[in-house]
Amino acid sequence: MLLLIQYTFIFASVLVLVALGGCFSEHSGVINIGLEGIMVMGALGGALMMKYLPLGLAAPLVIFLVILASVLVGMLFSLLLGVAAIHFKADQTLVGTALNLLGPAAAVVLVRAINTAESVDNVSSAVSYGQAKKAFLVNIGRFEFNWFMLIALLLLIVSYVVLYKTRFGLRLCACGEHPQAADSVGINVYKMRYAGVLISGALGGLGGLVYITAGVSEWKFENGVAGFGFLALAVMIFGQWKPVNIGLAALLFGLFRALSNVYTGFDLLVALKLPSTVYNMLPYIISLIVLVFVSGKSRAPKAEGIPYDKGQR
Amino acid sequence: MSRTVKEKESILRNSGFQTIIASLLCIVIGLLVGYIVLLVINPGGAGKAIMAILKNFLYYPSPIAAMKYLGTTLVKTSALLMCSLSVLFAYKVGLFNIGAAGQYVVGAGACLYFALRLGMPWYICLLSAVLVAAVVGGISGALKAYFNVNEVISCIMLNWIGLYSVNMLLTQVKEQSTPYTKALSSTNKSALLPKLGLDRLFSNNEFVTVGVPLAIAMAVLVWVVLSKTKFGYELRATGMNKHAAKYCGMREKRNIILTMMIAGGLAGLGAGIFYLTGIEQWMVQLTAVPAMGFNGIAAAFLGGLHPVGTIFASYFIQHITSGGTYVDKTMYCTQISDLISAFIIYLCGFVLFFRIWLNRFLDKRDEKQAAKDRKGGEA
Repeated sequence: MLLLIQYTFIFASVLVLVALGGCFSEHSGVINIGLEGIMVMGALGGALMMKYLPLGLAAPLVIFLVILASVLVGMLFSLLLGVAAIHFKADQTLVGTALNLLGPAAAVVLVRAINTAESVDNVSSAVSYGQAKKAFLVNIGRFEFNWFMLIALLLLIVSYVVLYKTRFGLRLCACGEHPQAADSVGINVYKMRYAGVLISGALGGLGGLVYITAGVSEWKFENGVAGFGFLALAVMIFGQWKPVNIGLAALLFGLFRALSNVYTGFDLLVALKLPSTVYNMLPYIISLIVLVFVSGKSRAPKAEGIPYDKGQR
Repeated sequence: MSRTVKEKESILRNSGFQTIIASLLCIVIGLLVGYIVLLVINPGGAGKAIMAILKNFLYYPSPIAAMKYLGTTLVKTSALLMCSLSVLFAYKVGLFNIGAAGQYVVGAGACLYFALRLGMPWYICLLSAVLVAAVVGGISGALKAYFNVNEVISCIMLNWIGLYSVNMLLTQVKEQSTPYTKALSSTNKSALLPKLGLDRLFSNNEFVTVGVPLAIAMAVLVWVVLSKTKFGYELRATGMNKHAAKYCGMREKRNIILTMMIAGGLAGLGAGIFYLTGIEQWMVQLTAVPAMGFNGIAAAFLGGLHPVGTIFASYFIQHITSGGTYVDKTMYCTQISDLISAFIIYLCGFVLFFRIWLNRFLDKRDEKQAAKDRKGGEA
């Protein structure tokens, strides 16, 4: 049971971070389908940082540097979306999809190049980081507390405050609802949209890092992040683009995802004799069902997905 | 003199010509980026590696071997072409079918199950692949039409559900000692697609079957349906403006569902004509959806969203993907081709901007020319 709570919290943290990323981007008016790719790149940045950090650094420093690496790589990668969608008026779904393909491919090429350079026979696409990962974990009794759970909670609160209580957040939302009106009162729509995309890159990259450090100590980049970027988008829609609702939705989805890891610990579930594949499918099936119920009265930002054209009124 | 200038302009303004230029530019820049990545990884063999990717089957010096591997590339191209037609068909109706990958997966699952478990002949297997994939596509369509569920997200969810289900289903027909499904040639020969003597054209490559010409015929059929029939016109009208289509008396909900069913069926057919050649067995422990459906997106956009264009674009994407297996593996890995095709998709996002820019540039040039002519006349 404790294990189930632990996994639920860690997967919920991933989903909260990435879904908040999507939330910022969409409130600024840019649909970010590419979160999956951004997660992979952020994970890659963090994993490489953990691999190359010298042993014996103080834990807070390790945490800071690793997070910094994944956030920066995520932001850099999200700029590809920003430039294409904001300045070149590209189809945002197309570019986002390209990021999803580009992220894993680039990560595999890079990791394999590093592994092959170390030894010619090593053709795996895995990075291991068992030692450095310990900095993130604190054992409280039998509960393995991960600092990311706290960070996710704090960022959720910060996001709420930023989006609803600050000038920046309200302006951001204005750009996603009616960019022409926002422009007419002197808000730079392009700048705001870049801000939205960059924040989503930072949060998405961080989410990717949390995902690969949840439970394992090496990551095969061939696997990408198994559709988590899209689950996060489902969480965002379920949460109706509002931070608090997103937090609750993430807990629910995290629970179903955690079940596939730990269902063997429950006599009741084992007695059902379902194959493990069913539990793997569960989060995706649940999200489809949830989407059916919430998409009808969707509160999506009105101008999302539409490139802003100054000349249009 | 002035006449030749005019003719040149009219070519530049031709939208088909602009599409070709844009696609070629995407390819050149994509390859260049790939080359730079190779240079960064290991400057020593970069030139050789990019040549290996571009050469693909020409890597073999003997023409007989080269023909054989050209055949293999064509078989894979036919599957890719079907996936890209699936993406294209949906996109023409305003839907982004990122689920081609999942529809391809369930198509593969259905045809292999019918062939290996139920011992059906090839045409039944092919039909089952098309129908099951059409149903999966139709689910996304129905969710979009009735519940306003974003088709991209529902498609991704169905990709994963499909992958896990197919793995579970095909575990029943796998070899005892390996995670691969049984070979068609030893289990059920009647499920292999007929060859019609095509294998002899490609140095007896047994995998070249009726699937290759079938895929090309489907591309032409999609083109005819979309641009020459009332049905295709209705679908495109629905894609451009759902509400206007409804106002004109078109059943927009039915059109959306039908579109996704056809798109799914096309992807399923692609899986059928690939797996029923026996060229590859399904690995029941796959943890990621095969790249075929995603590469289909690249091919569709690179082909300028024209069915005939996608034939060439599919071939190119498959050519470099297959070519990727010939790079020197002590330095690079085969995924470099995936990186290049992913970057090409990214660049396709800029095509619209490129065309606007080109037209604006031409307008300006014409204005200047006109101003000059006027001045010349006055003097």
